[in-house]
Amino acid sequence: MSGMVVETPGLFTTVQDLGREGFAPMGVSASGAADPISLRIGNRLVGNPQSAAGLEMTLVGGAFAFERAAVIALTGADFGPSANGIPLPMWTSIEIQGGQTVTLGSSRSGARAYLCIRGGIAVEPFLGSASTHVLSGLGGFEGRALRKSDRLDLGAALPLFRTRTLSSQMLERLQPRKVIRVTEGPQSDWFASSSWEIFCESTFRVTEQSNRMGIRLEGPPIPLDASREMITEGVSLGSIQVPPSGQPIILFVEQQTTGGYPKIANVISADVHSLGQLRPRDSIRFERIEMSAARSLLVEQEALLASQELIQE
Amino acid sequence: MHKSAGDAQFRAASDQSLLVSFGQQITLENHQRVVKLLGLLQSQPIEGIRNLHPAYCSLLIKFDPLNLDHDQLQSGLVPHLARLDEAPLPKPPQIDIPVSYGGEFGPDLNEVAAMHGMSPAQTIELHSSPIYIVYFLGFAPGFAYLGGLPQALASPRLETPRAKVPQGSVGIGGNQTAVYPFATPGGWRLIGRTPVAMFRSDRARMTLLQIGDHVRFRPISKEEFAEFAAR
Repeated sequence: MSGMVVETPGLFTTVQDLGREGFAPMGVSASGAADPISLRIGNRLVGNPQSAAGLEMTLVGGAFAFERAAVIALTGADFGPSANGIPLPMWTSIEIQGGQTVTLGSSRSGARAYLCIRGGIAVEPFLGSASTHVLSGLGGFEGRALRKSDRLDLGAALPLFRTRTLSSQMLERLQPRKVIRVTEGPQSDWFASSSWEIFCESTFRVTEQSNRMGIRLEGPPIPLDASREMITEGVSLGSIQVPPSGQPIILFVEQQTTGGYPKIANVISADVHSLGQLRPRDSIRFERIEMSAARSLLVEQEALLASQELIQE
Repeated sequence: MHKSAGDAQFRAASDQSLLVSFGQQITLENHQRVVKLLGLLQSQPIEGIRNLHPAYCSLLIKFDPLNLDHDQLQSGLVPHLARLDEAPLPKPPQIDIPVSYGGEFGPDLNEVAAMHGMSPAQTIELHSSPIYIVYFLGFAPGFAYLGGLPQALASPRLETPRAKVPQGSVGIGGNQTAVYPFATPGGWRLIGRTPVAMFRSDRARMTLLQIGDHVRFRPISKEEFAEFAAR
């Protein structure tokens, strides 16, 4: 099978698809792309199923030598991609010749860039998904981030097709947000209205300790009713835990499946992709909305992703 | 929107999850209701449910928010909840976990013993005598929260968690004990190590332990540990 050789791996590059749901009873969280919208669009641009596996790069991209001709798309954050020194456009399908090397640099904005390849990346699925679960060393390519000289098999080289580009208007509408919308969490009533005020009116900074498991924030401490004792319970993607320090942690794609800290709020599903583009030292704010509004925003987002105007041929 | 059905309390945890709680206390009875509801939802799934996160006395249900909402899910759960009393509880298997206590494998054993005014040997004896119950798997793949630690062994977590706890380490954190399935950061006090894999992706039953199982720790020597690990 022809493949792709890693010339430089970048800071933290993993194989990701849309993750594995259904294994929380074993303590296995879903994992999957940190910015699933960028991966889904990238796959559509190259004519793959939306859930196909691509490469997720973090802050600094890598260089990948193609052994055969391929159709690729680069989505997510702009890492200044090029092929053999010639700049490559983002958010469009591109033909790469056998022997060419696709190189990405450092992030210009946002945290994660995706490389999708027509035919996908062929790795052995683990529990039905190609996603890398780094903590347990399972899934993806040998359960780990890519290293120099790794060789990845590519899926079958499908026949060529017409170039596809994401509509610039749609790109605008799917921009990651810095004001993250949340609904009330299961312990929202453990926080006095003064705590909620701090939560909703302060700016929080993303710390260096953030990763795919959790996004750790720094800001004015959020006081909570310490007299109540929390019993460990299941936790959902995007839940915002407040430990005794008062510094919130957002549980992210490679999250623990249960947790013992009270949760003031939960990031809405439609804003999860925005979390995947947060960089250390970014500033964010939270906006509380109703459950029904969160649902409408997701329905709207999915309609946008399914619309005919999304991609131009 | 129902807030409860029978003894089950509902809370929306996010726009794609519902938390079902059975009381606010860790009791065997509350836990058995979690095990039964989990079993019913696994054998007779409700369409639109994507994941189930069991814990001590609650079950978090993650669903596809484009096909299901909290109200619909709650209504769908009512027949399942009505059958919990009559639902049979499978007889749990008892699983023996060999542990080499102390030394390099259990760097905190002496401190834990001293903390409770016991000898290391008494500590080992006490830790390996009860039959523990698996309350749930969480935190990391295959990490089983065990109930039944003798109160005399309850020990506070380390002030500074270790950056890397070796795979197979047996620890005590508060009134809980568990085996670390992978090398992860951890703040529990380490008293021993097992050579048995808690999680193996090449095995049909990937996790050694499952919710509701009974567990016993069996002390082994360093030599037996080496033999086991070489197998």
